Amino acid sequence: MEVNVSNTTEETNVWGGGNKPLNASYGKMMMWFFIVSDALTFTGFLVAYGFSRFKNIDSWPIADEVFTHFPFLHGIDAPMYYVALMTFILIFSSVTMVLAVDAGHHMNKAKVTFYMLLTIIGGAIFVGSQAWEWKNFIKGEYGALETKGGQILQFVDSETGKRVALADFAVEIDSPRETHQESNGIWFVGETTLPSYSLEEVTTGFKSHANLAIKSEKIDESGHKIILSREESLLQLEGAINVVEGANLIHNEYGNRLFADFFFFITGFHGFHVLSGVVINIIIFFNVIMGTYEKRGHYEMVEKVGLYWHFVDLVWVFVFTFFYLV
Amino acid sequence: MAHDTENLAIFRGLLKFKSNVQKIWGVLIFLSIVTTIEVVLGIVKPQSLMGMFLGMKLLNWIFIILTIVKAYYIAWDFMHIRDEKSGFKGSIVLPLVILIPYLSWILLVEADYIFEVMRTGFVSWNF
Repeated sequence: MEVNVSNTTEETNVWGGGNKPLNASYGKMMMWFFIVSDALTFTGFLVAYGFSRFKNIDSWPIADEVFTHFPFLHGIDAPMYYVALMTFILIFSSVTMVLAVDAGHHMNKAKVTFYMLLTIIGGAIFVGSQAWEWKNFIKGEYGALETKGGQILQFVDSETGKRVALADFAVEIDSPRETHQESNGIWFVGETTLPSYSLEEVTTGFKSHANLAIKSEKIDESGHKIILSREESLLQLEGAINVVEGANLIHNEYGNRLFADFFFFITGFHGFHVLSGVVINIIIFFNVIMGTYEKRGHYEMVEKVGLYWHFVDLVWVFVFTFFYLV
Repeated sequence: MAHDTENLAIFRGLLKFKSNVQKIWGVLIFLSIVTTIEVVLGIVKPQSLMGMFLGMKLLNWIFIILTIVKAYYIAWDFMHIRDEKSGFKGSIVLPLVILIPYLSWILLVEADYIFEVMRTGFVSWNF
């Protein structure tokens, strides 16, 4: 597919048809313009995140305190390491993709197949890691109380400053309250699972443990969450109306609920891109094996999905910065 | 394909590679180094970089600049923008370079304004 720019001296012939003035095929250009529009979509999401964050700049959750898990290291505070690992996996799968494109330029079918396979594996590992990250985020670790105004009250040991889980201090109080099932009552509407502890159990437990204090959402000058004094904590406790465990679209034990909403929305949208990228890669992978591109005489299709795959990597670089680093 | 016209130098010609495959590995090493620096800074959070600059912490500026550096090398070398014609390059990069900073600027200024209103206003947000 050599580009047939003729040797004519007239400038008008470049755009006169019959050749590729921009030295790129139609399909490749359209992939690029799709990427430009998709990049603007992600910009919209990330800037909206920035908007909410700047609007709540003195109370936004601190990412290091939210994402602290690492596989097989239970109870160890490991912020950042896991997402860093995910970033490396994605960059590496990006590299195997370029290597596949490069092998395609040399019409080397065996190498294209091998590198495409590695790319698919890398992508699958990444999606799996993201699922694990979501699982931890949804499940939560410590639990918290929510006030009527939507503020989150977390619990810490006032001496060490370490977070304390609800399970460590809540007292068991016998209560007839149980999850309302669809099959009971007049209205055939169920409710979601109740938190493991009722509000009363948590507040009584808090009052009986003198070493506990409340960590508020507010951030002080040095960038740490403000821990209230015992008296203030007891005062704040009065305003609590809900027990929150984990995060969903409505409640979020880590702080501002918008944080959870944006987390689900942006990483979810990106994860969906990775998933569709893996699916497209698998289709192209089988085409390569069947020799479709060998017959066609060029591997430009690999190059096109490669562009999409790199774009997904590119977006992750920004999501990583704005969600986990900044 | 125009693969024989590939530009094999990065860092403005400071580093030249013998083949495209070598260049790919070279860029990978560079991206890994940048990511490692980001992660280390993110974990250590050096106190000296906590000063404010143009409304944001110095450390955050460093993160954003390093991210753009990474984005540049992914687009230029992995997506082969370096090898495209300048007209095509411009049609991809210019809309993004113009629109993204513009949108960010408008929304972040607005958000900062809303923050000030909520902080100094008489309405209690914890009812």
